[in-house]
Amino acid sequence: MTDTLSEHADPELHSGEPLIEMKDVGKTYGAIRALKGINLTVRAGEVTCVLGDNGAGKSTLIKIMAGLHPHNEGTMKVDGKEVSFSSPRESLDHGIATVYQDLAVVSLMEVWRNFFLGSELTSGRGPFATLRIADMKRIADEELRKMGVVVKDINQPIGTLSGGQRQCVAIARAVYFGARVLILDEPTAALGVKQSGVVLKYTAAARDAGLGVVFITHNPHHAYLVGNHFVILKLGQAVLDKKRADVGLDELTRQMAGGDELTELSHELQK
Amino acid sequence: MSQTTKTPPSAPAEASNRVTLGWSNRLLARPEVGALVAAIVIFVFFLIVAPAFRSPASFFTVLYQSSTIGIVAVAVGMLMIGGEFDLSAGVIVTTAGLVNAMFCYQLGINLIVGAVLSLVFCLAIGFLNGYLVVRTGIPSFLITLGTFFVLQGANLGVTKLVTGSVSTPNINQMDGYKTLDAIFASSFKIGSVTVEITVLWWFLFVALSAFILQRTKIGNWIYAVGGNADSARAVGVPVKAVKIGLFMSVSFLGWFVGMHTLYKFDTLQAGNGIGNEFLYIIAAVVGGTLLTGGYGNAIGVAIGAFIFGMTSLCIVYAGWDPNWFRAFLGVMLLLAVMVNLYVKKLSTARKVG
Repeated sequence: MTDTLSEHADPELHSGEPLIEMKDVGKTYGAIRALKGINLTVRAGEVTCVLGDNGAGKSTLIKIMAGLHPHNEGTMKVDGKEVSFSSPRESLDHGIATVYQDLAVVSLMEVWRNFFLGSELTSGRGPFATLRIADMKRIADEELRKMGVVVKDINQPIGTLSGGQRQCVAIARAVYFGARVLILDEPTAALGVKQSGVVLKYTAAARDAGLGVVFITHNPHHAYLVGNHFVILKLGQAVLDKKRADVGLDELTRQMAGGDELTELSHELQK
Repeated sequence: MSQTTKTPPSAPAEASNRVTLGWSNRLLARPEVGALVAAIVIFVFFLIVAPAFRSPASFFTVLYQSSTIGIVAVAVGMLMIGGEFDLSAGVIVTTAGLVNAMFCYQLGINLIVGAVLSLVFCLAIGFLNGYLVVRTGIPSFLITLGTFFVLQGANLGVTKLVTGSVSTPNINQMDGYKTLDAIFASSFKIGSVTVEITVLWWFLFVALSAFILQRTKIGNWIYAVGGNADSARAVGVPVKAVKIGLFMSVSFLGWFVGMHTLYKFDTLQAGNGIGNEFLYIIAAVVGGTLLTGGYGNAIGVAIGAFIFGMTSLCIVYAGWDPNWFRAFLGVMLLLAVMVNLYVKKLSTARKVG
C-alpha cells in the first residue's frame, strides 16, 4: 500500500517541517463571520486533525487552504511564503490536494478519466495533444489496486462505485499527483467500518511517507487513531489546540460531544 | 515507477472480481445507440414508403439538408455536454451573413474582409454569451434567450435601416465572391451525384469534435464541466474558460453556416434562422446528449442531424403534406428524451456481475 506513497511523495519533505502556517486567519461572508483567529500549522509527516460539529467552520477552513475562497483576515504561509489563493489551481500548484466530502468526482465519467481529470497525460503539447488513453487506464488501475480497490472495469462510470471506493480513487489521485499536503474532508463520514479502516490506514501511510495531512472529521475515535495534533473548532473559533501527548481520547470525545455544555445539560436533566 | 511496471497487481485474490462487460451492456452505455437504431428504422421506413428516396442523388440531397443543421449542431452538442444552452445559435447564422453582406456592399469592400469581420463579430457574441453566463451564474437558457431576441430584432432593424428592405442586396458581382463561394457553397459531381461541399465540412467538423471530446484533455474537461462543475473546478479544470470556449465554438460554426447561406443564395432574408436553434438542440438530444450535461458524443449529434435531414426531405419524397414534419420532430424528441433517461439509468446504476 505504501508503494504509491514512497514513489510519489516529494523526497524533499522533512518530517516536522511546517508546510502550511496559518496565523489569526479569519473569514467573513458579508456580515456573517465563519472563522476567527485560527492558528494552525500543518507539518510534514504529521496528521493535523480538525474536529468540529456541523457549522463549526471546518469547511471554511478547508476552502481557504484549497483555494476555493481566499481568507480575508490574518496570514497564511505555504513553505514560508505568504499566500492567498484565488483558485484551486494555485493551491494544487503549491502541492496542496484536497479530497472533498462530496468526493470531487464526476459520476458520469469513467474511473480513469476521473483519476486523471485536470492532470491528463498527453503526448505532445498544445490544447489538441492526444490523450495517452492506454497509459492512463493502466496507471489508474495499478494505483487503485495498490490501495486495495479493484474496480470491475476501469471504463465504468465512477458513479457505479461504492462510496468507499470513490473516496479511495480521490485519495489515490491526490497522492499520485505528488501532493505534499493532503486535506481530507470527512473521509470516513459516509463509510462503513471496514472501508473507514482502509482510508485510515492510507492516511497513516501518507503521514509516514512524509506528507502533511489535514484530517477533518467529527469522529474523535477516527481522529485519535491517526492524529498527531488536534484542533477542535466551535462557532468558527478554536476551543482546543493540543498535541497528542497533551490530550487523551476521553477529552477529545467529551469536547466533541459538547464539553462543558454537556456537563451542564446532564445536571439539568438529572434534576 | 520501475516498481509500478514490474510488480503484478498486488490483489490477485480480488482479481476474480473483474468482469468483462457483455457486448449488450457496452453497447447500451454508448450515447448514440438509440439514435442509430432510430435512424435505421426511419431510413428503412422511408425506403419503403417513398420511392423517390431510393436513389443516390436523393441520399446526397438528404446529406446536404442534414449538414446545414448538422454543422451548428456539432457545436451545440458540445456546449450541451458542457452543461449549457445556446438559444441564439439560430439567429447568429443570419447575423453572420448580414454583417458580411451589408458591410461590404455599402462600403464597396472585398467580401473576404467582410467575412473576417463577421467572424470576429460572431466570436464576440459567443464570448459575450459565455462571459455573461459564467460571470452572473444566470442560467444560459435565459442569457441566450436575451441575445436571441436582441439579434433577431437587430437583424431586421439594422437591415431595414441600411438597405430600406428586409433583405440584403445581391453580392455575387463583388470582389472575393468566387473564393468564398468555393469555400462555403460550392458543389461537385461524382458520377451522377452532386455533392455539396458543406457535407464534407460537416463530416470534418464531426470528426474534429469527436476527436476533441474523446482524445484530448479539453474533451475531458468539457464532460467534467457539464457533469459536475464544482468537482471539475476543485481538481483545477478552468471551468469558466471551457464554457466561454464552448459558446464561442457555437458562434464560430454559426458563422460558418451563415457564410454558406449567404454565398449559396447571394442574398439573405433578415428574418431567417429563427427556430433553428431548437433544431440544433433536437439533433443533439436525439443523438443521445443529456440535457443536463456531462453525457453525449459527436457521432450521436451527427446521427441526430441526419434524422432531421432525412425526415424533412422524405416527407416530401413520400408525397405527404410537409406541415407534418414538425409534429414528427416533436415525437422524435420526446422518444429520444425517454430513451436517454433510460440509458442514463442503465449506465450509472448498472451493477455488473
